[in-house]
Amino acid sequence: MLVVLTVITIVAAGVLASVNAVTAPQIEKINAENLAAGIKAVMGSDDIQVADPQEIDAFTAYSINDAAGAALGTAVVTTENGFGGPLKVLVGFSTDGDILGYTVLEHAETPGLGAKAGEWFQDKILGMNPGKNNFTVSKDGGEVDAITASTITSRAFLKAIQNAYDKVIAGADVTSGATRPAGKAAVCNGDNGCCKAENSPGCDGDCHCDKDVTACDIETPEVIE
Amino acid sequence: MNNFKVLVNGIIKENPTFVLLLGMCPTLGTTSSALNGMSMGLATMCVLILSNFIIALIKKLIPDAVRIPSYIVVIASLVTVLQMVIKAYAPDIDKSLGLFIPLIVVNCIILGRAESFAAKNGPIASIFDGIGIGLGFTLGLTSLGAVRELLGTGSIFGFTLWGESYGMLMFVLAPGAFLVLGYLIVLFNKITKKA
Repeated sequence: MLVVLTVITIVAAGVLASVNAVTAPQIEKINAENLAAGIKAVMGSDDIQVADPQEIDAFTAYSINDAAGAALGTAVVTTENGFGGPLKVLVGFSTDGDILGYTVLEHAETPGLGAKAGEWFQDKILGMNPGKNNFTVSKDGGEVDAITASTITSRAFLKAIQNAYDKVIAGADVTSGATRPAGKAAVCNGDNGCCKAENSPGCDGDCHCDKDVTACDIETPEVIE
Repeated sequence: MNNFKVLVNGIIKENPTFVLLLGMCPTLGTTSSALNGMSMGLATMCVLILSNFIIALIKKLIPDAVRIPSYIVVIASLVTVLQMVIKAYAPDIDKSLGLFIPLIVVNCIILGRAESFAAKNGPIASIFDGIGIGLGFTLGLTSLGAVRELLGTGSIFGFTLWGESYGMLMFVLAPGAFLVLGYLIVLFNKITKKA
């Protein structure tokens, strides 16, 4: 009987491995397409160029330029613990840090309650700026109406965006005091350009820009379909 | 028992939700709306038909002492394969069903039917049992989801009838699931006992 169970397990493992080998590239492709579509949606524009992702702490930031190459802003993937598990949000900021749009990428919130975060905040937070507005739920004295009976989800959702703003959009200013061109902050702290090597021009040892990022060698953003 | 009887048996006499009371965890957890309930039911039915069929085919090869682990391996592999295929080739279905598919592994209906039906009957009869029990489960979950959605949010299958502000939130949450399930079992018994 040991043999039978072993054989069954081996066959099952073989089937899983081969199905995985076939489907994994396809799944990756779909995820990439979803992300690309999501970025277009949250930036409110179809005609964009997306730079390579920058990992800043726990956030993934994409610098967005329009088709002509002018800075549009930054799209950030940010995660916070919601009511039922991680709440992963893609949020688009303009060059001034105003929220252009958002989409919930992953969540495990209660269906019918917290799961409404995907639509609920659409007409509430667009145009707000976590740096200027009091970006908390009204129960906590803020300016945003929480989802009815889902305050925990709402708090987590707003915190996710606030954190993304603090670290990615405002973060570069705070740490460097640089005269960064608006919207380029995400590029500054990443792998590209001036901060790639410790002693490259315009960079102190801690990977903070001490001068205008435009002086850096920023890689040309890729155009995605 | 002919195949048609097997089919009806699964929907009425051995309805997994209202009679066998199997698979309560997904039943209570995923039925916050009619569509969610139906999705979970259909996803379970797919796995159930396949697992019943495969287990009926290989049952003679499996020694009694290791049958449960063998069944679990078969079921878990099937669910994982199904999940990967749906993710890769049907992303739209994945969006609505994706959450529920991993839950099917721990659904005791699947193992229960493997043990009590597929292990004793032929592959064809087992497919019919899978369809019958699957339909019974779908029926149970859809009606439970529909009642909860209607009372909780005032809509059904996403169509608003009298608006969310008149909904009783409790029915969307866990206590509502228990209450509605209890009353639906009463109703089901009332109807089937008479007939």
